[in-house]
Amino acid sequence: MVSSHPLLFDTLYFGGGTPSVLKPENIGRIIKTANGLFNISTDTEITIEVNPGTVTPEKLTEYKNIGINRISIGVQSFNDKILNFLGRIHSTNDAALTIRRARKAGFDNIGIDLIYGIPGQTKKTWLSDLRKVVEFEPEHLSCYMLTYEKGTPLNRERQQGKFKPVAGSLLAEFFETTMEYLTAHGYVQYEISNFAKNASKISRHNFKYWIFSPYLGFGPSAHSFIEPRRYWNCRSVKKYIENIKEGRLPIEKKEILSKKQRMMEMVYLGLRKTDGIDIDAINKNLGINFHQMFAEKIKQLEEDGYILRIQSGTHCALSRKGMLFLDSIAPMLMIENWG
Amino acid sequence: MGKLFRPRSQTTLEHIIFIMKNIRNFSIIAHIDHGKSTLSDRLIQATNVVSERIFQDQILDTMDIERERGITIKSQTVCLPYKAKNGQTYFLNLIDTPGHVDFTYEVSRALASCEGALLLIDASQGVEAQTMANLYLAMEHELEIIPVINKIDLPSADIERIKDQINDDLGLDPESAILTSAKEGIGVEDVLEGVVNKLPPPLGDPGAPLQALIFDSHYDSYRGTVIHVRIFQGKIKPGDVITFMSNSAVYKTEEVGIFQIEKVPKKEISAGQVGYIIAGIKTVSDTQCGDTITLKNRPCKTPMPGFKIEKPVVFSSIYPVASDGYEELALAMEKLKLNDASLIYEKDSSVALGFGFRCGFLGLLHLEVVQERLEREYDLSLILTAPSVRYKLVMQDGSSRIIDNPALYPDPAGIDKTLEPFIRASIIIPDRYMGTVMKLCLERRGINITYQYLTNNRMEMIFELPLAEVIYDFYDKLKSLTQGYGSFDYEIRDYRETDLAKLDILINSDRVDALSQLVHRDRAVERAKHACEKLKDEIPRQMFKIAIQGAIGGNIIARKTISALRKDVTAKCYGGDITRKRKLLEKQKKGKKRMKMVGKVMIPQSAFLSVLKTDND
Ligand SMILES: Nc1nc2c(ncn2[C@@H]2O[C@H](COP(=O)(O)OP(=O)(O)O)[C@@H](O)[C@H]2O)c(=O)[nH]1
Repeated sequence: MVSSHPLLFDTLYFGGGTPSVLKPENIGRIIKTANGLFNISTDTEITIEVNPGTVTPEKLTEYKNIGINRISIGVQSFNDKILNFLGRIHSTNDAALTIRRARKAGFDNIGIDLIYGIPGQTKKTWLSDLRKVVEFEPEHLSCYMLTYEKGTPLNRERQQGKFKPVAGSLLAEFFETTMEYLTAHGYVQYEISNFAKNASKISRHNFKYWIFSPYLGFGPSAHSFIEPRRYWNCRSVKKYIENIKEGRLPIEKKEILSKKQRMMEMVYLGLRKTDGIDIDAINKNLGINFHQMFAEKIKQLEEDGYILRIQSGTHCALSRKGMLFLDSIAPMLMIENWG
Repeated sequence: MGKLFRPRSQTTLEHIIFIMKNIRNFSIIAHIDHGKSTLSDRLIQATNVVSERIFQDQILDTMDIERERGITIKSQTVCLPYKAKNGQTYFLNLIDTPGHVDFTYEVSRALASCEGALLLIDASQGVEAQTMANLYLAMEHELEIIPVINKIDLPSADIERIKDQINDDLGLDPESAILTSAKEGIGVEDVLEGVVNKLPPPLGDPGAPLQALIFDSHYDSYRGTVIHVRIFQGKIKPGDVITFMSNSAVYKTEEVGIFQIEKVPKKEISAGQVGYIIAGIKTVSDTQCGDTITLKNRPCKTPMPGFKIEKPVVFSSIYPVASDGYEELALAMEKLKLNDASLIYEKDSSVALGFGFRCGFLGLLHLEVVQERLEREYDLSLILTAPSVRYKLVMQDGSSRIIDNPALYPDPAGIDKTLEPFIRASIIIPDRYMGTVMKLCLERRGINITYQYLTNNRMEMIFELPLAEVIYDFYDKLKSLTQGYGSFDYEIRDYRETDLAKLDILINSDRVDALSQLVHRDRAVERAKHACEKLKDEIPRQMFKIAIQGAIGGNIIARKTISALRKDVTAKCYGGDITRKRKLLEKQKKGKKRMKMVGKVMIPQSAFLSVLKTDND
């Protein structure tokens, strides 16, 4: 699967986990090796995720030297209480320091991740986070609503009633505040949780997930996608290494998406983006007539203010109000017609 | 008569009389769970009527399904050859009876086919309402009754107490009681000997014109309707042209025989015998339980007494959950009907639910059994509307109407008065529950309550109440209030004047026709509140506020609100999250098939069903 694809790659992403534990020279070797094996374009976006407090100025400079041109920093919050609640080991000072160092090291494409909807957080504290982050003028911002994933300690504590989750109405307010504040400060929202200084600074890499582009993932649990196939690697590091040593692909499972499944994903992922579903593209890809299939539903959703037809009707996107309800709206576009 | 049908050996009159002397026709009657099926299995096993292997494979299997359903509806009549201690061989016809109050008429026809009955009583539970009801039925048919005390193996068995009850409650001779443990096979031979020695043989004249009582029928996919009969007079053989005395329909007999788990064809069956007739009859609905069969050319003078055309008393509409499920449901109903003559139905339609069927049932249990069979055997998901009784309306203009469907309830301004069916109920309880049960009865508009002590701490309460109150969770309530000790039986009495109202449920101002109910005006507010609360619990929050209202005419009598969902969005969706999200969507899509739309509101199947349920508090 790997070598047989004459794909041109234009992003490389070191993330998921803590890639900064690797020595920069090793990351450099990976980049070199990848360049030798794959067809990788010269202006490739190369991102590394770092956690505040884990990188020295030297390390950042080395990153720069080996070709990394984008840094994504998991700041999460500028409030120490909240960082503590999230179980983060860094402090707000660490975060500020890391951002400044990255700038100093010459990075002109910095992304920052924040989380909101944390128990105890108020609209005021969240706004203060937004104010602080904007002062650093990052090129990219991801603002995620806190979610309770099954099986996580946080979820367990929630179920045990150890804290009171933020009410849905307040979360909705946070979401709206985020959109309003960041737009007012010159950011463009291009996906439910993602904002960029301008169109050239969107995360080229992440955007691929939502437009059905192919990607290859390396390392335990990493996912790869080449329409209509999706593969994922085994979770166990040990097994992963064994497989590689024995010359086998460490794939745990693959799925081949049916036309219906592709349609489902395209609609869902398309609606995550502010430029919405490209109707021509989905029609061509699947050989369907999107308008015909959903005319009635979409008309209704349009009337209710959840959906917009944009770019002279060639795209179908969620309104701001609609974005809050993506998970309710998407199933509405998956009925009868899909057998 | 063709050569083929000539008997190989001439049947002499003496031979027939000999046979009659050695026939016993009997039923086992019991309150549910007292062990009737288990004892029947034992009798079948003990007489080796089928090999052990077939027994395991067939009987236990079919019975398992019925056990799971908790009741026997289709009887399993069986002819047991038994060599008695006196050296003679007897043919013991065990005629099974349905085990529930809804089927009293079928039970009465089965009992009419017997000379005797075993009255089975659980050694730890004692006499229950159906024990009494069945005993009365058996006594009406002047049957010889042998009390059998079962489950004597249980540590909680109290044989002396049960004997007292047999004496005091039932007025039977406790010394004649046979002790059994059907589970452990104890006393089975005593039962067989008792049947031989204590029950009388059938009477009748094989030479007289045919008089055969239909006590059941079932559908066989190869042979059509198989009629279960008891021959009282005369005899019948293949080729005989027969007629049903209730409607004069004429058929030609194809096959006669007896049941020994499987059908065993015979050259003829005659007076005193229990067996089957196959006569090219397509569906069981063409035969009527209790009807008399005679010969067309040599009819008997009078039919067997007690025939009546059974009328359904509980009505409900059944809809498929799947929007395209009507055809499938129609097919399943047709097939069910082949075997269930008491089920009646006609096409119905609802704005909320599309096409379905309005059905009539013999009682609430019958309804539940039909629902369960449709769901299990035909793999359908269904929505049922609130069960209703049949009301008689006398209109202002003097005309009258019968209504069992809220959808057809006329403008109340045109109604002069409304009548509803009343029942006579009998409840047997330990006397410590008297207060609670009395309260329940009064709540349910019970009147003319009387009671009598059966033994020093058990009592029977008798009262009259509207059937409509019984079909609304009465039985469950009674069970929970009496911690399972209360037993219940009823019979329909008459129609009495009532104050009826049509309760509508509105969801965001849209009336949901499938949720309308006919209720007594005094109970309307309570029912409306209950419906609103249940719907509030079952309808998921949606992107907008949902108002649920209960109304009589333009009058809102109950109200609940489901607040709007404020957000429903997954914050992160990258490589590894996509498959998970899609799977969730696939699940939701499937679930959607079980949703109904009322205006913009999505209502799950469970919400429709929840309205019918009560809180068991
Ligand atoms: N301990 C004990 N249990 C029995 C006996 N006879 C039946 N049972 C159990 O009582 C329950 C009801 O029996 P079943 O024959 O289905 O009752 P039916 O409803 O009257 O047909 C079952 O769980 C049987 O296994 C018995 O003699 N002793």
